[in-house]
Amino acid sequence: MSVAVTAGQPAPAVALEGVNKSFGPVHANQDIALAVQPGTIHGIIGENGAGKSTLMNILYGFYQADSGRILVDGKELVIKSPEDAIAAGIGMVHQHFMLVEPFTVLENILLGAEGGWTLEAGAARAREELLRLERDYALEVDIDARIEDLPVGIQQRVEILKALFRGARVLILDEPTGVLTPQEADHLFRILKSLKEQGRTVILITHKLREIMAVTDNVSVMRGGEMVAHRKTAETTTEELAELMVGRKVLLRVEKRPARPKAPVLDVEHLEVVDELGVRRVKDVSFTVRAGEIVGIAGVAGNGQSQLLEALSGIRRITSGRVLLHGAPVLDAADARRKKLGHVPEDRLRMGLVRGFPAYENAILGYHLLPAYAEHGFLKKRGIIEHCLGWMKGYDVRPVAPLLQATSFSGGNQQKLVLAREMEHDPDLLLVGQPTRGVDIGAIEFIHKRLIAMRDAGKAILLVSVELDEILSLADRIIVMFDGTITGELEASAADARRIGMLMAGIREEMAA
Amino acid sequence: MPTKLPPWVNYGLLPLMNLGMAFLVAGLIVVILGESPIEAVRLLVFGAFGYGEAVGYTLFYTTNFIFTGLAVALAFQCGLFNIGGEGQAYIGGLGVGLVGIYIGHWPVPIGIMIGIMAAALFGGLWGFIPGWLQARRGSHTVITTIMLNFIAASIMTYLLVDPLRREGQQIPESVTFDERIWLPQLHEVFAELGLAIGRSPLNASLFIALVCCLLYWLFVWKTRAGYELRVVGRSEAAAVYGGISPARQIMIAMTLSGALAGLMSLNEVLGAQHRLTLGFTGGYGFVGIAVALMGRGHPIGIILAALLFGALYQGGSELAFDMPTINRDMVVVIQGLVILFAGALEHMFRPWLEARFARPAVPAPA
Repeated sequence: MSVAVTAGQPAPAVALEGVNKSFGPVHANQDIALAVQPGTIHGIIGENGAGKSTLMNILYGFYQADSGRILVDGKELVIKSPEDAIAAGIGMVHQHFMLVEPFTVLENILLGAEGGWTLEAGAARAREELLRLERDYALEVDIDARIEDLPVGIQQRVEILKALFRGARVLILDEPTGVLTPQEADHLFRILKSLKEQGRTVILITHKLREIMAVTDNVSVMRGGEMVAHRKTAETTTEELAELMVGRKVLLRVEKRPARPKAPVLDVEHLEVVDELGVRRVKDVSFTVRAGEIVGIAGVAGNGQSQLLEALSGIRRITSGRVLLHGAPVLDAADARRKKLGHVPEDRLRMGLVRGFPAYENAILGYHLLPAYAEHGFLKKRGIIEHCLGWMKGYDVRPVAPLLQATSFSGGNQQKLVLAREMEHDPDLLLVGQPTRGVDIGAIEFIHKRLIAMRDAGKAILLVSVELDEILSLADRIIVMFDGTITGELEASAADARRIGMLMAGIREEMAA
Repeated sequence: MPTKLPPWVNYGLLPLMNLGMAFLVAGLIVVILGESPIEAVRLLVFGAFGYGEAVGYTLFYTTNFIFTGLAVALAFQCGLFNIGGEGQAYIGGLGVGLVGIYIGHWPVPIGIMIGIMAAALFGGLWGFIPGWLQARRGSHTVITTIMLNFIAASIMTYLLVDPLRREGQQIPESVTFDERIWLPQLHEVFAELGLAIGRSPLNASLFIALVCCLLYWLFVWKTRAGYELRVVGRSEAAAVYGGISPARQIMIAMTLSGALAGLMSLNEVLGAQHRLTLGFTGGYGFVGIAVALMGRGHPIGIILAALLFGALYQGGSELAFDMPTINRDMVVVIQGLVILFAGALEHMFRPWLEARFARPAVPAPA
């Protein structure tokens, strides 16, 4: 596909032509063409694994393209390393920040640009420059604060400042809103718009359609390593983009009937969790989950949801309070499973799956004590493989290969394998953490349908997710957590993104009122 | 170890390249010393496999290495580095020695059975201590097992210099055991069958070692207990999630590892010397680390690696005898090179091979 550059327009700030990149037999980028006009916000959207990050890593010099050209301001460049990219005026803000936590903002920004044997001269110059940048772009940051004391939203601004300080005229942001509250995301978008007004160019990588519609001028859609479409944002719709992304029509809303909750299954009473560092992570949390309903826990990552989930599943020691499953306390993870608690953990690669184990051995993790899987202490390998095979077919895990290492499956397929394991052992209560993190749209749809079906079968489900859309479309009741406490609990019918966003930021209804 | 290499490269080509590199460097040293490396190799191979006695000695040493290799490999399955095989084998020997000294005269199979159990029990106890320390106190096994090697050596020196020393003589060793507890040596067994194989201390321990290989394989890959142990070795977080206690598995793994190392003492104490001697472990515990690494933690690999080191030990001493410029220390250097390239520099050729043979995991379309 060629990129039409209308005569009279300035040369694109960044243009890619015929870029190819393969990793072994995987063609991650196929003949990519992209033109980003200067002074615009250009969105690149696509499912996980569509090749967005590979493409940006080529532009930023982490990878070399197998073939193709990179043009910056109309001039062809060879970018061999991030240093080359920075020299060409390209900056990147990564999904995971690259900051030294005990250092101050100023020290972090100076890293690699110290300028001389002592820091002082460089620091003085940097301070002046940073203050100017902050003024110009509404990037309010205390440059003498230590990174570890700053909330994630501010840390992200530090990353942006760092890129601008290095002279970035083109700024790439990789999934920047994953860790932000809706309010913080809005602030980020204001910053991006002011960058644009000052003539800088922004490339925004995301899989969230809402963000594309809210902030970009142009959007390019990637699917399966190819660039499938370029659109002006004003001339497209969410539905069209979604269809382009997955190559077919998708349900953005999950269809479900109203819940018919029955008896309580999980009772949490005044739960307190103090972690190994002595930090109070969960503070006086009480709630109930009933059979036949999905309770969603919303909140920005890192507000105690992870520790709550671990405490409920028996992995983490409870400091005080009670967790009652069918009225009886949960002693540990093995006890939780005996009491019919299933748990899809947030971190499936660290917890939910054992790296280096084949799929079939992973299919019994936590359930390996069941007589169905072992006889006289010996594992019934053939039987386990057969179970695994059935689940892989039933949950559309591809490829259907029980002997393949679990980590060789894609994120979505790994998650479906974990989900199959936890659902197929027929739990009364299913704890689900970030079920669709790193999972492509097709699999998200599947996972959501399964969860609803389970609810309709009369099971209790507790869903923890940082994706507000997911909570809104699945949960029957929504609990919002902030800083370890519950800041609000509302019926799904009464919930909207703005109200929940306020609660996620710790602003309680009574305070706001 | 997330391996992307095809098995024949990972288990065949890579160890062979490491070995070849070790021999190449060793050959250079031989050349510098003014000898012919070809001749050295010929002497070494002949010394290890050339005649009946040589084979017997090679297999005798191999037996030691199988036990200590299995010990290191088992702990490794649980993610632990057991550097204490030496001490565990030594203390295992104490168990066997006590049985030999005090009840060596018991009827034939019973005394031997108790001796085997004592070796495993004492070695297991010496492995359990660092296991407990790591599980309950967070002391790293690498540190504690090394320290326990010294403690084991001190205990044995004291015991053999004083309480267990044979009365009326100054050599630090125990009395010779009653013949009823001696493990049958293979040349005797074959002699009774009318076959003459060379005299060597090779004894029934070799079969005990091979049985241990089978049991190791069954335990690690076929049992539920082995599954739990491997989960902990791969990921403690996944183990906790799955209701498996890492602390418990660490103690189990170290105990079993110590027991395997302890069984090595059967070969030396009950099979060859028939008395407890100072320093009978001779560094086999440490070489076990290289054996386990080279053998990729698999019994077949461990047997092959143990055979290699057994041949190096036996052929090396013949080489030292026949080629005066290559003395005993030179042979240790060659063994050291093999350990260096096969064990410590295991990853030297890996990136290079991965660049050529790697099969990247192909994510399936979801």
